Amino acid sequence: MPSENSTLWTNVANGGLGETNRRDFLKTTGTGMGLLLVCSAAGPLVLKTAAQEPGGPPPFPKDFNAYIHVQPNGRITCYVGKVEIGAGEETSLAQACAEELDVALHSIDMVMGDTGVCPWDMGTFGSLTFNLYHKFFRAALAQGRAVLLQMASENLHVPVEKLQVADGVVSVVDTRSKSISYAKLAEGKLVVRHIEASVPTKTPANFKVMGKSVMRLDAIDKVTGNLKYAADHRMPGTLYARVVRAPAFGGKVKSIDTGAAERAGCKVVRDGDLVALIGDKPDLVEKALALVKAEWQREPDRLDDETIYAHLTKYESQMHLVGEKGSLAAGEKVVATALEGKPDLLERTYKTAYAYHAFIETHTNVAYFQDGKLTLWAATQAPFGIKDRVSSALKLDPKNVRVIAPYIGGGFGGKGTNTTANLEAARLAMLIPGKPIQIVWSRAEDIMYDSHRPAALIKIRSGLTKQGKVGYYEYKVFGAGDWGAETLYDFPHQRTSSVGTWESYRKNPPGMHSFNVGPWRGPATVSNTFANEVQMDELAVLAGVDPAEFRLRHLDGNKRMRNVLETALQQFGYKPFPKSPSGRGIGVSCGYLYNTYTCSVAEVEVDKSSGEVKVLRVVNAVDCGFVVNPLGATMQVESCIIFGIGTALSEQVRFGEGKFIDTNFDSYEIPRFSWVPKMEAVLIKDSPVPSPLGLGEPPIASVAPAIANAVYDAVGVRMRQLPMTPERIQAAIKQG
Amino acid sequence: MQQQISFTLNRESVSVTVDGERCLLWVLRYDLGLTGTKFGCGEGLCGACTVIVGKEAVRSCKTPVKEVAGKQVMTIEGLSKDGKLHPLQEAFVKHTALQCGYCTPGMIMTAYALLQKNPHPTRAQAIDFMDSNLCRCGTQHRILDAIQDAGGTLKGSA
Repeated sequence: MPSENSTLWTNVANGGLGETNRRDFLKTTGTGMGLLLVCSAAGPLVLKTAAQEPGGPPPFPKDFNAYIHVQPNGRITCYVGKVEIGAGEETSLAQACAEELDVALHSIDMVMGDTGVCPWDMGTFGSLTFNLYHKFFRAALAQGRAVLLQMASENLHVPVEKLQVADGVVSVVDTRSKSISYAKLAEGKLVVRHIEASVPTKTPANFKVMGKSVMRLDAIDKVTGNLKYAADHRMPGTLYARVVRAPAFGGKVKSIDTGAAERAGCKVVRDGDLVALIGDKPDLVEKALALVKAEWQREPDRLDDETIYAHLTKYESQMHLVGEKGSLAAGEKVVATALEGKPDLLERTYKTAYAYHAFIETHTNVAYFQDGKLTLWAATQAPFGIKDRVSSALKLDPKNVRVIAPYIGGGFGGKGTNTTANLEAARLAMLIPGKPIQIVWSRAEDIMYDSHRPAALIKIRSGLTKQGKVGYYEYKVFGAGDWGAETLYDFPHQRTSSVGTWESYRKNPPGMHSFNVGPWRGPATVSNTFANEVQMDELAVLAGVDPAEFRLRHLDGNKRMRNVLETALQQFGYKPFPKSPSGRGIGVSCGYLYNTYTCSVAEVEVDKSSGEVKVLRVVNAVDCGFVVNPLGATMQVESCIIFGIGTALSEQVRFGEGKFIDTNFDSYEIPRFSWVPKMEAVLIKDSPVPSPLGLGEPPIASVAPAIANAVYDAVGVRMRQLPMTPERIQAAIKQG
Repeated sequence: MQQQISFTLNRESVSVTVDGERCLLWVLRYDLGLTGTKFGCGEGLCGACTVIVGKEAVRSCKTPVKEVAGKQVMTIEGLSKDGKLHPLQEAFVKHTALQCGYCTPGMIMTAYALLQKNPHPTRAQAIDFMDSNLCRCGTQHRILDAIQDAGGTLKGSA
């Protein structure tokens, strides 16, 4: 029996292979299955949304019936297209639902990420659950509450103004003499209502549920092992698949002998370049995979994890302008010193490695194809996006494709539409109709076929005026993308250019990357903030100013960033540097992403002989507007700090000749228990922005640069490449 | 080579007829239907597959099932009794020591083994014992708070 706080997966638990088609369900309303409130007189409820207007907001449904179903027993089933990827999305959306409807939090059953029954959603990424989705979601729910109040008013013969709602019961204010529950109002009736005016949502001052730290709804099922991830959903007759992979990228099969694998009990399916083994147990299929003999043909590839950087600079002629202020020509004139008439500019190059998402759950899909209909249980952040992608690639009518995202074991941008995993599973299912096919990527496959954070090279030229401020700033980024490239600071003459993006393997200039790239927590921002903030630190040293003070002097135009920086410094107990480096091992960095501002102050210890860095303490202050769930928000900041430490110290994908050298966690190192510093997340309370802004990613922007600057302060070496491995630090110390 | 392997699983006797070389993780998940134990890396590097054999934390992805013949195996499903959460599970909930939850069963079983050996671990001892378990979401410090709370060594308020 699920606990009070567990989530009811009515669609999967009841459905399995049967379809709980919401359209059909809605048609049968009036048979005591619960109220359908149709807020528009314009015709039958349409779950498919209107096409998105160019430049307009995403087409989230406005009709609250797309989100809510009031059950006869008083429980509320709440349908959202979002997915619980680990950051507590389920809980925060349930809080919003409880708040707007005035129902008890524990009376809500969330149904998430099922394209068959949930309203359209763009995907759970981009730190957008609060930033964007909440607005539409809550507005629709507020409408629903207004409709229910109207119905209650008629039922009780009391004007709406004299009514209040608590725990799903509408009663008369002050007397409570008369009352009626949402459930009673809902009993077996089909009501058609039309509400013209938009209904205001609750304001922070009146919040009863939002703004509070509540226990995660999924916590109990996660600690008991009852919670089901994609590989845990069991269906009779499921077969297990593994794809026969080329040992290197771009390899095409020349000849293949699957005889031994077939004798070991596996079936072989083939569709052009896709060859897969199918069997009764996943470990038996894996064993059989080793028995496959194949010859591969591929183009030689001379790129490796070192030569990639020079390779990226070859695309300079394709750079586009990201932004500009003043002019570089004017900037040259204000730069203080000149050697032989030329301005003395600080020119530096920065490099950041490819990184892997490294979720503990690898890509997992269960696909079932029968009678022209495809159902895909996918560990994905973007069920609707995957539905579109699979429909179009496999030429299926989208009406016949249903994607269900269960709870997923980590996303971080890697389980969106940039991956090939879901499409592959769908193809396999179509080759074996009538059987559910489960495919779980091995760790090696997951690393190789990840949509990696792209490697990047950044060039900065900058110069100080006589007054010791930055007067000239030229920024060029290759590979990473634009976000975070433009400086936060008041530089009068600056120019930012970019070529290459994380956005898609196919959007990049041909040949830029040898393998798939995509969004990785804080896309482009991690690389760009590293370059910007390490450069800023060096400029502070040149100017003879404390690094924090130097930053403050350039933030007159950005009050929110100033506030975050000052808050972080205060929380840390920061004392200005007597000289740089001070030997104390303290570093500062600012950062921004999606209108959220962050500042990290880090303290490190560096072992000079081994080059190992121990991060002792990180204070990360963030202005993310209104904080909906303080505990949830704090945990996102902490999560970003730990992620940032991996980027700073260890994470890089090494490859050569199309092969990945890193194939598991032995060499692709992610932060361990012993790496976690003392962490202090500071959530700015007095943000001038009244609405919630994104928080899942922005805090990561400032972490690696703060650590890099702390390393400089500790041992006087300026690291300009991520990750700052012990070998690289040792080498820099030797050189310096 | 098929053989009959009998062992105690979550306090009940079970018997499977399988190739004894197959690893315990797969037999648990796919032959016995217990999906609480997770696949993470297949090479014993991440700890998501951790179960208890006897009193030890064991990586089931690297343990041939024939090695548990006659032994007492406990998985995450066996930790709570009669619907009541084990103190470790309660501590994980109390300290919100989880986000995506995928590493959680492995973390809890490893922590269980720690508390069997060392019922009142210091922070440093807990870090040392847990260090080969991986969490990508970044809840390690909360997991340590939960372990120390369950072990009665958590200082101050959580």
